[in-house]
Amino acid sequence: MKSAIVLFPGINRERDMFKALTAVGGTEPKFVWHTESEIPECDLIVVPGGFSYGDYLRCGAIAARCPVMAALRRHADHGVRVLGVCNGFQILIEAGLLPGALMRNANLRFVCKHVRLSIENSSTFFTLGMSVGDVVSCPVAHGDGNFFADPDTLERLEKDNRVVFRYAEGSNPNGSINDIAGIVNEAGNVVGMMPHPENMIEPLHGATDCRPLFESLLNAA
Amino acid sequence: MKAKIKITLKRGVLDPQGKAIEGALASLSFTGVDNVRQGKYIELEIDETDKTKAKAKVDAMCQKLLANTVIENYEVDLV
Repeated sequence: MKSAIVLFPGINRERDMFKALTAVGGTEPKFVWHTESEIPECDLIVVPGGFSYGDYLRCGAIAARCPVMAALRRHADHGVRVLGVCNGFQILIEAGLLPGALMRNANLRFVCKHVRLSIENSSTFFTLGMSVGDVVSCPVAHGDGNFFADPDTLERLEKDNRVVFRYAEGSNPNGSINDIAGIVNEAGNVVGMMPHPENMIEPLHGATDCRPLFESLLNAA
Repeated sequence: MKAKIKITLKRGVLDPQGKAIEGALASLSFTGVDNVRQGKYIELEIDETDKTKAKAKVDAMCQKLLANTVIENYEVDLV
């Protein structure tokens, strides 16, 4: 599986993502800097977590308008799979590749802990290896992960089974509407999520709960 | 021409920062304060003398970058 990780100033989870993709996929992803106008041909593009542009204006707002995003959009339009994690999810939403908005956590606190994550859709490229109803432990680390969408958008997301991850009951760390932790676009090739599955795949992480997500990438490719 | 842009959360969108400010005002004994909403204010100089054209430009800036119209409203004042 060929993959690429796009980088913006202030992104800080790219090494974790690189390690996860290399450990499970067996091939090293290519890094692509935000000023590039092309992304090499690949099966998967990942927008990792961090604090691109210091979260200025709104989280992900500046990064979403960088040159590399035009290339990412072209690839996504052609069906290349795109995964956004944490700040990457915020960037994909700001770029309009996923619907809704990610707002300040309802309790105003930066949350850094493990949550229980329920798999709601096992037909996406990132959840093929899981079953609906599976609950995994997964770390979160964010201050702006409070998912919001207007009632029409929310209804569409729910009706079309586009909620991929939900915080399990009692585990919602940020006030997200309908406990939404991750969603997929209409075409099914762009997935965004707030939690960090790349930090739950090795015994040294404490558990390997999220390894099947990365293994799904291989089966999907 | 100068554009003064006010960005506020839409009605119905929860504003936890506004709530926190409201709580802090109450703890300072400011009573009778309700519905505190926090927003953003952006000022910019625009190289344009025609007000209609300037408004159209700033509107486009708000739509494309300055405001997130999913959750925010904006108001533009040209001076």
